[in-house]
Amino acid sequence: MEDHGHSTTADPASAAPVLTLDKITKTFPGVKALDGVCLDLYPGQVTALIGENGAGKSTVVKTLTGIYQPDGGQILLDGHPVPFATPQDAADAGVTAIHQETVLFDELTVAENVFIGHAPKSRFGLINTRAMHDRTGEILGSIGAQIDPGVKLKDLGIASRHLVAIARALSVEARVVIMDEPTAALSQKEIEELYELVDTLKAQGKAILFISHKFDEIFRIADRYTVFRDGQLVGAGQMIGVAEEDLVQMMVGRSVDQLFPKSRAEIGEEILTVAGYSHPTEFEDINFSLRRGEILGFYGLVGAGRSEFMQSLIGITKPSKGAIRIDGDVRVIRSPAAAIKAGIVYVPEDRGKQGAILDMPIFQNVTLPSLHMTSRNGFIQLAEELALARQYTERLDLRAASLDTNVGALSGGNQQKVVIAKWLATKPRVIILDEPTKGIDIGSKAAVHGFMSELAAQGLSVILVSSEIPEILGMSDRVIVMREGRIAAELDGDNLQPETLVRHAVGISVEGEAA
Amino acid sequence: MNALKSREAILGGAILVLVALIASRFPGFIAPANIIAVFTDTSPLMILAMGQMVVILTRCIDLSVAANLALTGMVCAIINVAAPGLPVALILIFALFMGAALGAINGLLVWKLSIPPIVVTLGTMTIFRGVIFLLTEGKWINAHEMSPSFTGVPRQDILGLPVLGWIGIVVAVVMMVVMARTTLGRAFFAVGGNPHAAVYTGINVGRTQFLAFVISGMLAGLTGYLWVARYAVAYVDIAGGFELDVVAACVIGGISIAGGAGTVVGTLLGALFLGVVKNALPVIDVSPFWQLAISGAAIIIAVAFNAQSGRSKGRVILKSAEHAQ
Repeated sequence: MEDHGHSTTADPASAAPVLTLDKITKTFPGVKALDGVCLDLYPGQVTALIGENGAGKSTVVKTLTGIYQPDGGQILLDGHPVPFATPQDAADAGVTAIHQETVLFDELTVAENVFIGHAPKSRFGLINTRAMHDRTGEILGSIGAQIDPGVKLKDLGIASRHLVAIARALSVEARVVIMDEPTAALSQKEIEELYELVDTLKAQGKAILFISHKFDEIFRIADRYTVFRDGQLVGAGQMIGVAEEDLVQMMVGRSVDQLFPKSRAEIGEEILTVAGYSHPTEFEDINFSLRRGEILGFYGLVGAGRSEFMQSLIGITKPSKGAIRIDGDVRVIRSPAAAIKAGIVYVPEDRGKQGAILDMPIFQNVTLPSLHMTSRNGFIQLAEELALARQYTERLDLRAASLDTNVGALSGGNQQKVVIAKWLATKPRVIILDEPTKGIDIGSKAAVHGFMSELAAQGLSVILVSSEIPEILGMSDRVIVMREGRIAAELDGDNLQPETLVRHAVGISVEGEAA
Repeated sequence: MNALKSREAILGGAILVLVALIASRFPGFIAPANIIAVFTDTSPLMILAMGQMVVILTRCIDLSVAANLALTGMVCAIINVAAPGLPVALILIFALFMGAALGAINGLLVWKLSIPPIVVTLGTMTIFRGVIFLLTEGKWINAHEMSPSFTGVPRQDILGLPVLGWIGIVVAVVMMVVMARTTLGRAFFAVGGNPHAAVYTGINVGRTQFLAFVISGMLAGLTGYLWVARYAVAYVDIAGGFELDVVAACVIGGISIAGGAGTVVGTLLGALFLGVVKNALPVIDVSPFWQLAISGAAIIIAVAFNAQSGRSKGRVILKSAEHAQ
């Protein structure tokens, strides 16, 4: 490949891996995040780690950097087992990561950011500012960045900050550099500069683990690939000779094998029409309609703008353009209260943060948006309130000792049921479920799926935002794929294939799609 | 919920033990007349704590209550001096409105300009005191300048309890109903418990906090009239530093400073606890400086207590630990 010419310190063909993950297993309560995965990182080579959301990529990064300890398997450095018991151990071994959301300090200078935690000291144990600035200048120079080490971080743009983060990663004697979605926040020009930087690091003989969703950049810079699916290794090899098709196949590589109790509901008239919805920075030109009894899936990679669009649909953020019609009438939704009134409710993704109020009893959580229904003359009628809460918690088969229990004391699955019960109690027409089964156990998952079908059968329209392909294919009548804030495709019938979804989501041109 | 209930039981028990200890040496302390006197004396603290409770529940704090009290009280006194014939009922209504308006200033600054509540109320606290000085040039309004009906109302007995005490009871009952039975009361808990979730349920977080400040201000205004009338004097520094007692009553009463958790009964008990300490220490001949130290210690113990009960237990992963709990 193109790097052969200037690869000076390492010969990719003969080199042994610097770092090896050998049959690593990591289990969290209820989830096996990594199941005996292997990964080799070679000096002077870029290994791309590919997988759907939830395939275990982040867990690998955290294992490699000593944040998580594996339950089984071992990490080998130059062929010798090393326990990375703490992040410091990993750093000492020369493993360094540039994270998705880099943690930097706004009020500190560039040099201080680069050397925080391991600043060069003077004889008296004080920080040697001059040495720190000089070293920072050298590192920044080595990656071709023109940044003054003395300026405060807050005065830099996003791209420069990113370079500072990279400099920080390189300020320790790095042998392995992990880049976790490094291009997510960068413009096209900055991405090109990043590619050059990666080439520079390769030439210095560093082993690079490059995590990305984007196939164009994987094919641009990776020498090797490793594909994970559901925490397992499904394929690895040289990029030379591998086709996009093969990688997509490995990423999804399964039939929709889980059982989804989707009963085909009677699909009726149009309830909700969204026309030209746009936002200055988050999404653009979203058009679709939703029918009575329909489950409409929204698929996309993390950061495709699905949740952002949904939040604007319920009035949390304001669209810059576009209109909503409900039953053919134009409605302006400026606040969540207006959305609830218009019959659109949103069950957010982050239960803990956006869903339930943990210090409140179950029944008060359930009735919170519907209190006007159980109030007379401005006073809440406690008996009616309890009855309403009981009706919906029973409908969701919520098991709790008492409706007076605080939600914080419930399991994740039951908290999710409380949140869903809360929204159903408002008697909505459209319910938006954002990743409704993320992080809940299989049993609760099946209950949520069954319930979704039931809702559709009762004439409710459901928008299902999900990153799980089996779930979205199993439950949806129609799927909209979003990519980078736009609708990439609207699929139904025979087009609802895992490969098609992924191709649209990652942005591979789709040949033969027209047929 | 259980933790809070037991919290109130503990606080109630502590008050009883305290009273019993004092009574064992000074039986006069539990004479009905003295108990009524202590309760009446604590009423202003209870009323203000009811307002502060609502504010703290929504993750804010109102440091301007005592200054609001002083300013509203002073204006009531000025009105009384200027128009001695004006019925006290009208002055009472005026005090409620003026206090609410001052509270609304806090609320608007927090809501519309998103300034941290502690900064807003520190600012208005100083401004309110400054305005009193501008109005009076630092002069006092004394008992002889006030009309007898103006000063008499809070002290008037109804069924053996002065009106001041009755107003404390009425405010407490009204707040209990508001917190338990209205959507606004529920919104206070929701906003403090999880502002993000509250937004999704259609609650306007800023507006809810604004209303909390209005309630706090309204009760401060009410207390302003009662205070000036009861002590029959109005000057710049009345109730100076009292805002800290009010916050202390809430904290001792189990209102979580992080918002979203607490009860009316707890707050009332917190205020009563402080009231008993304040009234008892002089009786048993303890210096007022010890009073401050004891109040302070009570606050720290209460907060440590809150932190302890709020700490999450952590996940039980070890099989052997499952039964050992």
